[in-house]
Amino acid sequence: MPALGADMEAGTLVEWLIKPGQRVKRGDVVAVVETQSGAVDVEIWEDGTVDALVVEPGTSVPVGTVLATLQGEGGAPSAAPPAPASAAAPAPPKPRASAPAPAAPPAGRYKVSPAARRRAEQLGVDLAKLVPSGPEGVVSLADVERAAGGAAAPAPTAVDRMEAMRRAIAAAMTKSKREIPHYYLASSMDVTPAVAWLARENAARGVQDRILFAAVLLRAVAVALGEVPELNGAWLDDRLQTSREIHLGVGIALRGGGLVAPAIRNAQDKTIPEMMAAMSDLVARARAGSLRSSELSEATVTVTNLGEQGADAVYGVIYPPQVALVGFGRLASRPWVVDGTVQPRDVLQATLSADHRASVGHRGAIFLSALDRRLQQPEKL
Amino acid sequence: MTPEQIRQAFIDALGQIVPEGDFEHLRPDRPLREQLDIDSYDFLQLVIGLHERLGVDVPEADYQRLATLQGALDYLTAAVQRARA
Repeated sequence: MPALGADMEAGTLVEWLIKPGQRVKRGDVVAVVETQSGAVDVEIWEDGTVDALVVEPGTSVPVGTVLATLQGEGGAPSAAPPAPASAAAPAPPKPRASAPAPAAPPAGRYKVSPAARRRAEQLGVDLAKLVPSGPEGVVSLADVERAAGGAAAPAPTAVDRMEAMRRAIAAAMTKSKREIPHYYLASSMDVTPAVAWLARENAARGVQDRILFAAVLLRAVAVALGEVPELNGAWLDDRLQTSREIHLGVGIALRGGGLVAPAIRNAQDKTIPEMMAAMSDLVARARAGSLRSSELSEATVTVTNLGEQGADAVYGVIYPPQVALVGFGRLASRPWVVDGTVQPRDVLQATLSADHRASVGHRGAIFLSALDRRLQQPEKL
Repeated sequence: MTPEQIRQAFIDALGQIVPEGDFEHLRPDRPLREQLDIDSYDFLQLVIGLHERLGVDVPEADYQRLATLQGALDYLTAAVQRARA
Protein backbone atom coordinates (compact mmCIF):
# COMPACT_ATOMS: atom_id res chain seq x y z
CA MET A 1 0.00 0.00 0.00
CA PRO A 2 1.73 3.13 -1.14
CA ALA A 3 1.61 6.32 0.89
CA LEU A 4 -0.46 8.65 -1.21
CA GLY A 5 -0.66 11.52 1.21
CA ALA A 6 1.16 13.00 4.13
CA ASP A 7 0.63 10.79 7.12
CA MET A 8 -1.73 8.52 5.26
CA GLU A 9 -1.90 5.55 7.55
CA ALA A 10 -4.04 3.13 5.64
CA GLY A 11 -5.91 2.71 2.39
CA THR A 12 -8.66 0.48 1.11
CA LEU A 13 -7.93 -1.67 -1.90
CA VAL A 14 -10.99 -1.18 -4.08
CA GLU A 15 -10.18 -3.16 -7.17
CA TRP A 16 -7.42 -5.09 -8.89
CA LEU A 17 -6.84 -4.26 -12.54
CA ILE A 18 -4.31 -7.10 -13.00
CA LYS A 19 -4.33 -10.90 -12.68
CA PRO A 20 -1.65 -13.37 -11.57
CA GLY A 21 0.53 -14.29 -14.54
CA GLN A 22 -0.05 -10.97 -16.26
CA ARG A 23 2.97 -9.05 -17.47
CA VAL A 24 3.18 -5.45 -16.30
CA LYS A 25 5.35 -2.50 -17.20
CA ARG A 26 6.53 0.31 -15.03
CA GLY A 27 3.79 2.97 -15.02
CA ASP A 28 0.86 0.60 -15.62
CA VAL A 29 -2.17 1.22 -13.45
CA VAL A 30 -2.59 -1.97 -11.44
CA ALA A 31 -5.13 -1.17 -8.74
CA VAL A 32 -7.60 1.36 -7.44
CA VAL A 33 -7.17 2.47 -3.84
CA GLU A 34 -9.60 4.57 -1.83
CA THR A 35 -7.92 7.28 0.23
CA GLN A 36 -8.98 10.31 2.23
CA SER A 37 -9.14 12.25 -1.01
CA GLY A 38 -11.00 9.80 -3.15
CA ALA A 39 -10.06 6.92 -5.38
CA VAL A 40 -6.53 6.84 -6.75
CA ASP A 41 -5.21 4.77 -9.62
CA VAL A 42 -2.08 3.08 -8.31
CA GLU A 43 0.80 2.60 -10.73
CA ILE A 44 3.47 -0.05 -10.56
CA TRP A 45 7.14 0.87 -10.41
CA GLU A 46 8.80 -2.18 -11.89
CA ASP A 47 8.50 -4.39 -14.95
CA GLY A 48 7.66 -8.03 -14.37
CA THR A 49 5.00 -10.68 -14.10
CA VAL A 50 2.31 -10.64 -11.42
CA ASP A 51 2.91 -13.53 -9.04
CA ALA A 52 0.09 -13.32 -6.51
CA LEU A 53 -2.52 -10.82 -5.38
CA VAL A 54 -2.13 -10.80 -1.62
CA VAL A 55 -4.79 -8.35 -0.50
CA GLU A 56 -8.47 -8.85 -1.28
CA PRO A 57 -10.54 -5.98 -2.64
CA GLY A 58 -12.53 -4.25 0.08
CA THR A 59 -9.73 -4.66 2.62
CA SER A 60 -8.22 -1.71 4.43
CA VAL A 61 -4.50 -2.18 5.11
CA PRO A 62 -1.74 -0.03 6.62
CA VAL A 63 0.70 1.82 4.39
CA GLY A 64 3.64 -0.43 3.58
CA THR A 65 1.59 -3.62 3.42
CA VAL A 66 2.50 -5.85 0.49
CA LEU A 67 -0.49 -5.81 -1.85
CA ALA A 68 0.83 -8.25 -4.41
CA THR A 69 4.02 -10.02 -5.37
CA LEU A 70 5.84 -9.69 -8.63
CA GLN A 71 8.40 -11.77 -10.47
CA GLY A 72 11.10 -9.57 -11.82
CA GLU A 73 12.39 -9.54 -15.37
CA GLY A 74 14.52 -12.54 -16.27
CA GLY A 75 12.25 -14.95 -14.42
CA ALA A 76 13.74 -14.70 -10.97
CA PRO A 77 12.40 -17.55 -8.88
CA SER A 78 9.34 -16.60 -6.90
CA ALA A 79 11.06 -17.84 -3.77
CA ALA A 80 13.09 -14.67 -3.99
CA PRO A 81 11.81 -11.94 -1.75
CA PRO A 82 8.91 -10.52 -3.70
CA ALA A 83 8.89 -6.90 -4.61
CA PRO A 84 5.83 -5.10 -3.45
CA ALA A 85 3.60 -4.46 -6.43
CA SER A 86 2.98 -0.98 -5.30
CA ALA A 87 6.41 0.17 -4.39
CA ALA A 88 6.37 1.42 -0.87
CA ALA A 89 8.53 4.31 -1.89
CA PRO A 90 9.56 6.79 0.74
CA ALA A 91 6.38 8.65 1.20
CA PRO A 92 6.55 12.06 -0.32
CA PRO A 93 3.37 13.53 1.04
CA LYS A 94 0.59 14.67 -1.14
CA PRO A 95 0.57 18.41 -1.38
CA ARG A 96 -2.77 19.41 -0.11
CA ALA A 97 -3.53 22.57 1.68
CA SER A 98 -1.37 25.52 0.92
CA ALA A 99 -3.79 27.62 2.84
CA PRO A 100 -6.78 27.01 5.05
CA ALA A 101 -9.38 25.07 3.13
CA PRO A 102 -11.88 27.30 1.38
CA ALA A 103 -15.43 27.54 2.63
CA ALA A 104 -17.78 24.81 1.52
CA PRO A 105 -19.42 25.59 -1.79
CA PRO A 106 -23.11 26.42 -1.83
CA ALA A 107 -24.04 23.57 -4.12
CA GLY A 108 -22.65 20.05 -4.29
CA ARG A 109 -21.69 18.47 -7.55
CA TYR A 110 -21.35 14.79 -7.31
CA LYS A 111 -18.51 13.23 -9.16
CA VAL A 112 -18.05 9.52 -9.36
CA SER A 113 -14.90 7.55 -8.65
CA PRO A 114 -13.73 5.34 -11.53
CA ALA A 115 -14.25 2.18 -9.52
CA ALA A 116 -17.75 3.29 -8.57
CA ARG A 117 -18.56 4.03 -12.19
CA ARG A 118 -17.47 0.57 -13.29
CA ARG A 119 -19.42 -1.08 -10.48
CA ALA A 120 -22.52 0.98 -11.24
CA GLU A 121 -22.43 -0.29 -14.79
CA GLN A 122 -22.15 -3.88 -13.59
CA LEU A 123 -25.01 -3.47 -11.12
CA GLY A 124 -27.19 -1.26 -13.29
CA VAL A 125 -27.26 1.54 -10.72
CA ASP A 126 -28.33 5.00 -11.90
CA LEU A 127 -25.47 7.25 -10.84
CA ALA A 128 -27.59 10.38 -11.17
CA LYS A 129 -29.67 9.28 -8.18
CA LEU A 130 -26.77 8.72 -5.80
CA VAL A 131 -25.69 11.03 -3.03
CA PRO A 132 -22.10 10.56 -1.86
CA SER A 133 -21.47 9.74 1.75
CA GLY A 134 -17.90 11.03 1.71
CA PRO A 135 -16.76 14.57 2.44
CA GLU A 136 -15.49 15.14 -1.09
CA GLY A 137 -18.85 14.88 -2.71
CA VAL A 138 -17.52 11.95 -4.69
CA VAL A 139 -19.79 8.96 -5.20
CA SER A 140 -17.74 6.01 -3.99
CA LEU A 141 -17.86 2.29 -4.61
CA ALA A 142 -19.63 1.78 -1.30
CA ASP A 143 -22.31 4.33 -2.24
CA VAL A 144 -23.00 2.38 -5.41
CA GLU A 145 -23.16 -0.94 -3.61
CA ARG A 146 -25.43 0.45 -0.96
CA ALA A 147 -27.74 1.78 -3.66
CA ALA A 148 -27.77 -1.62 -5.32
CA GLY A 149 -28.83 -3.16 -2.03
CA GLY A 150 -25.84 -5.43 -2.18
CA ALA A 151 -23.70 -6.44 0.73
CA ALA A 152 -21.52 -3.39 0.74
CA ALA A 153 -18.17 -3.48 2.40
CA PRO A 154 -18.36 -1.26 5.44
CA ALA A 155 -17.56 2.17 4.13
CA PRO A 156 -16.10 4.97 6.11
CA THR A 157 -18.87 7.35 7.04
CA ALA A 158 -18.88 10.94 5.86
CA VAL A 159 -17.85 12.03 9.32
CA ASP A 160 -14.98 9.55 9.37
CA ARG A 161 -13.68 10.64 6.02
CA MET A 162 -13.92 14.35 6.72
CA GLU A 163 -12.18 13.66 10.01
CA ALA A 164 -9.47 11.66 8.23
CA MET A 165 -8.93 14.42 5.71
CA ARG A 166 -8.70 17.03 8.43
CA ARG A 167 -6.19 14.90 10.28
CA ALA A 168 -4.07 14.52 7.16
CA ILE A 169 -4.10 18.27 6.52
CA ALA A 170 -3.40 18.97 10.16
CA ALA A 171 -0.47 16.56 10.25
CA ALA A 172 1.16 17.89 7.08
CA MET A 173 0.68 21.54 7.92
CA THR A 174 1.81 21.08 11.51
CA LYS A 175 4.92 19.29 10.33
CA SER A 176 5.53 22.07 7.84
CA LYS A 177 5.18 24.87 10.36
CA ARG A 178 7.14 22.96 13.00
CA GLU A 179 10.05 21.98 10.80
CA ILE A 180 10.24 24.36 7.87
CA PRO A 181 11.58 27.84 8.57
CA HIS A 182 9.48 29.69 6.04
CA TYR A 183 10.27 33.05 4.57
CA TYR A 184 7.76 34.94 2.47
CA LEU A 185 8.19 37.37 -0.40
CA ALA A 186 5.57 39.20 -2.44
CA SER A 187 5.72 41.10 -5.65
CA SER A 188 3.03 43.03 -7.52
CA MET A 189 3.33 42.34 -11.21
CA ASP A 190 1.92 44.32 -14.10
CA VAL A 191 0.89 41.45 -16.33
CA THR A 192 -0.92 43.56 -18.93
CA PRO A 193 1.31 42.26 -21.74
CA ALA A 194 0.53 38.64 -20.86
CA VAL A 195 -3.20 39.32 -20.51
CA ALA A 196 -3.28 41.15 -23.86
CA TRP A 197 -1.24 38.43 -25.54
CA LEU A 198 -3.58 35.73 -24.25
CA ALA A 199 -6.68 37.68 -25.37
CA ARG A 200 -5.22 37.82 -28.89
CA GLU A 201 -4.34 34.13 -28.80
CA ASN A 202 -7.78 33.12 -27.59
CA ALA A 203 -9.56 35.34 -30.13
CA ALA A 204 -8.00 33.16 -32.81
CA ARG A 205 -8.86 29.91 -31.05
CA GLY A 206 -12.10 27.97 -31.05
CA VAL A 207 -13.75 27.37 -27.69
CA GLN A 208 -12.25 23.90 -27.44
CA ASP A 209 -8.70 25.24 -27.66
CA ARG A 210 -8.91 28.29 -25.45
CA ILE A 211 -6.26 28.82 -22.83
CA LEU A 212 -6.77 29.98 -19.26
CA PHE A 213 -4.46 32.58 -17.77
CA ALA A 214 -3.46 30.06 -15.12
CA ALA A 215 -1.66 28.05 -17.84
CA VAL A 216 0.43 31.10 -18.72
CA LEU A 217 1.32 31.55 -15.05
CA LEU A 218 2.29 27.88 -14.69
CA ARG A 219 4.53 28.11 -17.75
CA ALA A 220 6.19 31.24 -16.41
CA VAL A 221 6.77 29.56 -13.04
CA ALA A 222 8.36 26.52 -14.68
CA VAL A 223 10.69 28.70 -16.76
CA ALA A 224 11.60 31.00 -13.87
CA LEU A 225 12.37 28.01 -11.63
CA GLY A 226 15.07 27.08 -14.12
CA GLU A 227 16.90 30.21 -13.02
CA VAL A 228 16.66 29.41 -9.29
CA PRO A 229 16.84 25.62 -9.06
CA GLU A 230 17.14 25.53 -5.28
CA LEU A 231 13.39 26.20 -5.06
CA ASN A 232 12.58 22.98 -6.90
CA GLY A 233 13.09 19.72 -5.02
CA ALA A 234 12.82 18.34 -1.54
CA TRP A 235 14.45 18.73 1.88
CA LEU A 236 15.28 15.18 2.88
CA ASP A 237 17.91 13.74 5.23
CA ASP A 238 18.92 17.21 6.39
CA ARG A 239 19.86 18.41 2.97
CA LEU A 240 18.36 19.94 -0.14
CA GLN A 241 17.86 17.53 -2.98
CA THR A 242 17.16 19.55 -6.06
CA SER A 243 15.28 17.98 -8.93
CA ARG A 244 16.20 18.32 -12.57
CA GLU A 245 12.60 17.74 -13.58
CA ILE A 246 9.97 20.21 -12.51
CA HIS A 247 6.84 18.39 -11.37
CA LEU A 248 4.50 21.28 -10.75
CA GLY A 249 1.93 20.57 -8.04
CA VAL A 250 -1.26 22.47 -8.79
CA GLY A 251 -3.68 23.27 -5.98
CA ILE A 252 -7.16 22.20 -7.07
CA ALA A 253 -10.21 22.87 -4.92
CA LEU A 254 -12.60 19.95 -4.53
CA ARG A 255 -16.24 19.96 -3.61
CA GLY A 256 -16.90 20.13 0.09
CA GLY A 257 -13.80 22.12 0.92
CA GLY A 258 -11.19 19.55 -0.03
CA LEU A 259 -7.99 20.40 -1.82
CA VAL A 260 -5.48 18.30 -3.71
CA ALA A 261 -2.32 19.34 -5.50
CA PRO A 262 -1.47 16.71 -8.10
CA ALA A 263 1.58 17.31 -10.24
CA ILE A 264 1.95 18.30 -13.87
CA ARG A 265 4.96 16.15 -14.61
CA ASN A 266 7.96 17.51 -16.50
CA ALA A 267 6.47 20.99 -16.61
CA GLN A 268 9.80 22.36 -17.83
CA ASP A 269 9.15 20.78 -21.25
CA LYS A 270 5.57 21.97 -21.68
CA THR A 271 4.51 24.86 -23.89
CA ILE A 272 1.58 27.02 -22.80
CA PRO A 273 -0.99 25.01 -24.82
CA GLU A 274 0.51 21.77 -23.46
CA MET A 275 0.37 23.20 -19.95
CA MET A 276 -3.31 24.06 -20.52
CA ALA A 277 -4.05 20.54 -21.71
CA ALA A 278 -2.23 19.01 -18.74
CA MET A 279 -4.00 21.32 -16.29
CA SER A 280 -7.47 20.63 -17.77
CA ASP A 281 -6.81 16.93 -17.58
CA LEU A 282 -5.69 17.15 -13.94
CA VAL A 283 -8.61 19.33 -12.84
CA ALA A 284 -11.14 17.07 -14.54
CA ARG A 285 -9.61 13.93 -13.02
CA ALA A 286 -9.08 15.47 -9.58
CA ARG A 287 -12.77 16.35 -9.44
CA ALA A 288 -13.80 12.97 -10.83
CA GLY A 289 -11.56 11.20 -8.30
CA SER A 290 -9.26 9.44 -10.76
CA LEU A 291 -5.79 10.74 -10.09
CA ARG A 292 -2.75 8.52 -10.48
CA SER A 293 -0.49 7.66 -7.59
CA SER A 294 2.60 9.22 -9.22
CA GLU A 295 0.76 12.51 -9.67
CA LEU A 296 -0.03 12.62 -5.98
CA SER A 297 3.44 11.88 -4.71
CA GLU A 298 5.92 13.47 -7.08
CA ALA A 299 5.42 17.23 -6.97
CA THR A 300 8.72 19.09 -6.59
CA VAL A 301 7.10 22.49 -6.02
CA THR A 302 3.51 23.68 -5.69
CA VAL A 303 1.54 26.55 -7.21
CA THR A 304 -1.68 27.81 -5.68
CA ASN A 305 -4.03 30.34 -7.17
CA LEU A 306 -6.59 31.85 -4.83
CA GLY A 307 -7.27 34.93 -6.91
CA GLU A 308 -10.55 33.59 -8.23
CA GLN A 309 -11.95 33.52 -4.73
CA GLY A 310 -11.01 37.17 -4.43
CA ALA A 311 -7.89 37.03 -2.26
CA ASP A 312 -5.32 39.65 -3.25
CA ALA A 313 -2.41 37.46 -2.19
CA VAL A 314 -1.74 34.06 -0.65
CA TYR A 315 1.12 33.34 1.75
CA GLY A 316 1.10 29.59 1.52
CA VAL A 317 2.30 26.85 3.81
CA ILE A 318 4.92 24.71 2.09
CA TYR A 319 3.98 21.11 1.59
CA PRO A 320 6.76 19.00 3.05
CA PRO A 321 9.20 17.80 1.90
CA GLN A 322 8.99 20.43 -0.85
CA VAL A 323 10.93 23.62 -0.32
CA ALA A 324 8.79 26.27 -2.00
CA LEU A 325 5.26 27.27 -2.83
CA VAL A 326 4.31 29.93 -5.35
CA GLY A 327 1.01 31.75 -4.85
CA PHE A 328 -1.06 33.96 -7.11
CA GLY A 329 -3.74 36.36 -5.98
CA ARG A 330 -6.49 38.18 -7.81
CA LEU A 331 -5.88 39.57 -11.27
CA ALA A 332 -7.45 43.02 -11.34
CA SER A 333 -7.26 46.31 -13.17
CA ARG A 334 -5.41 48.79 -10.94
CA PRO A 335 -4.14 52.35 -11.22
CA TRP A 336 -0.46 51.93 -12.05
CA VAL A 337 2.30 54.37 -12.85
CA VAL A 338 3.71 53.76 -16.31
CA ASP A 339 6.15 56.22 -17.92
CA GLY A 340 5.21 58.90 -15.39
CA THR A 341 1.45 58.69 -15.83
CA VAL A 342 -1.19 56.74 -13.99
CA GLN A 343 -2.80 54.12 -16.18
CA PRO A 344 -5.19 51.22 -15.61
CA ARG A 345 -3.13 48.04 -15.79
CA ASP A 346 -3.77 44.34 -15.13
CA VAL A 347 -1.94 43.64 -11.92
CA LEU A 348 -1.60 40.59 -9.72
CA GLN A 349 0.44 39.72 -6.65
CA ALA A 350 2.75 36.76 -6.83
CA THR A 351 4.12 35.38 -3.59
CA LEU A 352 6.84 32.95 -2.72
CA SER A 353 6.91 30.88 0.45
CA ALA A 354 10.28 29.19 0.66
CA ASP A 355 12.28 27.01 3.03
CA HIS A 356 15.12 29.06 4.47
CA ARG A 357 17.23 25.94 4.92
CA ALA A 358 17.17 25.42 1.15
CA SER A 359 17.37 28.96 -0.18
CA VAL A 360 17.98 32.51 0.95
CA GLY A 361 15.66 35.47 0.47
CA HIS A 362 17.99 37.04 -2.05
CA ARG A 363 17.58 34.06 -4.35
CA GLY A 364 13.84 33.98 -3.70
CA ALA A 365 13.64 37.61 -4.80
CA ILE A 366 15.57 36.72 -7.95
CA PHE A 367 12.94 34.06 -8.66
CA LEU A 368 10.05 36.54 -8.36
CA SER A 369 11.93 38.99 -10.52
CA ALA A 370 12.53 36.30 -13.15
CA LEU A 371 8.85 35.39 -13.02
CA ASP A 372 7.88 39.02 -13.60
CA ARG A 373 10.36 39.36 -16.46
CA ARG A 374 9.07 36.21 -18.15
CA LEU A 375 5.49 37.43 -17.90
CA GLN A 376 6.46 40.62 -19.73
CA GLN A 377 7.34 38.59 -22.83
CA PRO A 378 4.59 36.01 -23.08
CA GLU A 379 5.28 35.33 -26.75
CA LYS A 380 8.69 33.98 -25.72
CA LEU A 381 7.34 31.69 -23.02
CA MET B 1 -35.27 27.87 -31.40
CA THR B 2 -37.59 29.03 -28.63
CA PRO B 3 -36.43 30.85 -25.49
CA GLU B 4 -37.47 27.77 -23.53
CA GLN B 5 -35.21 25.54 -25.65
CA ILE B 6 -32.31 27.95 -25.19
CA ARG B 7 -32.91 27.99 -21.46
CA GLN B 8 -32.97 24.20 -21.39
CA ALA B 9 -29.73 23.99 -23.40
CA PHE B 10 -28.08 26.40 -20.98
CA ILE B 11 -29.25 24.45 -17.94
CA ASP B 12 -28.08 21.21 -19.56
CA ALA B 13 -24.63 22.68 -20.22
CA LEU B 14 -24.50 23.89 -16.63
CA GLY B 15 -25.59 20.46 -15.43
CA GLN B 16 -22.56 18.90 -17.08
CA ILE B 17 -20.35 21.01 -14.84
CA VAL B 18 -22.43 21.11 -11.66
CA PRO B 19 -24.34 17.81 -11.88
CA GLU B 20 -26.27 18.33 -8.66
CA GLY B 21 -26.73 22.07 -8.87
CA ASP B 22 -30.10 23.45 -7.77
CA PHE B 23 -31.13 25.11 -11.01
CA GLU B 24 -34.78 25.47 -9.94
CA HIS B 25 -33.82 28.09 -7.43
CA LEU B 26 -31.19 30.00 -9.39
CA ARG B 27 -31.61 33.73 -8.94
CA PRO B 28 -31.64 35.07 -12.51
CA ASP B 29 -29.96 38.35 -11.56
CA ARG B 30 -27.18 37.05 -9.31
CA PRO B 31 -23.79 35.84 -10.50
CA LEU B 32 -23.76 32.14 -11.40
CA ARG B 33 -20.22 31.93 -10.12
CA GLU B 34 -21.42 32.85 -6.65
CA GLN B 35 -24.47 30.58 -6.65
CA LEU B 36 -22.81 27.50 -8.09
CA ASP B 37 -19.17 27.97 -7.08
CA ILE B 38 -17.91 28.01 -10.66
CA ASP B 39 -14.26 28.77 -11.35
CA SER B 40 -12.64 29.81 -14.61
CA TYR B 41 -12.00 26.20 -15.57
CA ASP B 42 -15.69 25.36 -15.06
CA PHE B 43 -16.69 28.46 -16.99
CA LEU B 44 -14.61 27.41 -19.97
CA GLN B 45 -16.32 24.00 -19.86
CA LEU B 46 -19.67 25.82 -19.86
CA VAL B 47 -18.72 27.83 -22.95
CA ILE B 48 -17.61 24.62 -24.68
CA GLY B 49 -20.93 22.97 -23.73
CA LEU B 50 -22.91 25.92 -25.13
CA HIS B 51 -20.97 25.69 -28.36
CA GLU B 52 -21.85 22.01 -28.66
CA ARG B 53 -25.53 22.54 -27.89
CA LEU B 54 -26.33 25.84 -29.57
CA GLY B 55 -23.52 26.26 -32.09
CA VAL B 56 -22.74 29.61 -30.46
CA ASP B 57 -19.06 30.43 -30.11
CA VAL B 58 -18.93 32.92 -27.25
CA PRO B 59 -15.78 35.02 -27.67
CA GLU B 60 -13.74 35.63 -24.56
CA ALA B 61 -14.55 39.34 -24.68
CA ASP B 62 -18.24 38.47 -24.10
CA TYR B 63 -17.74 36.16 -21.11
CA GLN B 64 -18.93 38.91 -18.75
CA ARG B 65 -22.35 38.85 -20.39
CA LEU B 66 -22.82 35.26 -19.26
CA ALA B 67 -22.25 36.13 -15.61
CA THR B 68 -25.92 35.77 -14.61
CA LEU B 69 -28.66 33.43 -15.81
CA GLN B 70 -30.72 36.30 -17.24
CA GLY B 71 -27.70 37.89 -18.90
CA ALA B 72 -26.74 34.57 -20.45
CA LEU B 73 -30.24 33.85 -21.79
CA ASP B 74 -30.51 37.33 -23.31
CA TYR B 75 -27.09 37.01 -24.89
CA LEU B 76 -27.66 33.51 -26.23
CA THR B 77 -31.12 34.35 -27.62
CA ALA B 78 -29.63 37.21 -29.59
CA ALA B 79 -26.66 35.10 -30.70
CA VAL B 80 -28.88 32.25 -31.91
CA GLN B 81 -31.06 34.72 -33.83
CA ARG B 82 -28.01 36.29 -35.42
CA ALA B 83 -26.79 32.86 -36.49
CA ARG B 84 -30.17 32.13 -38.11
CA ALA B 85 -30.39 35.47 -39.90
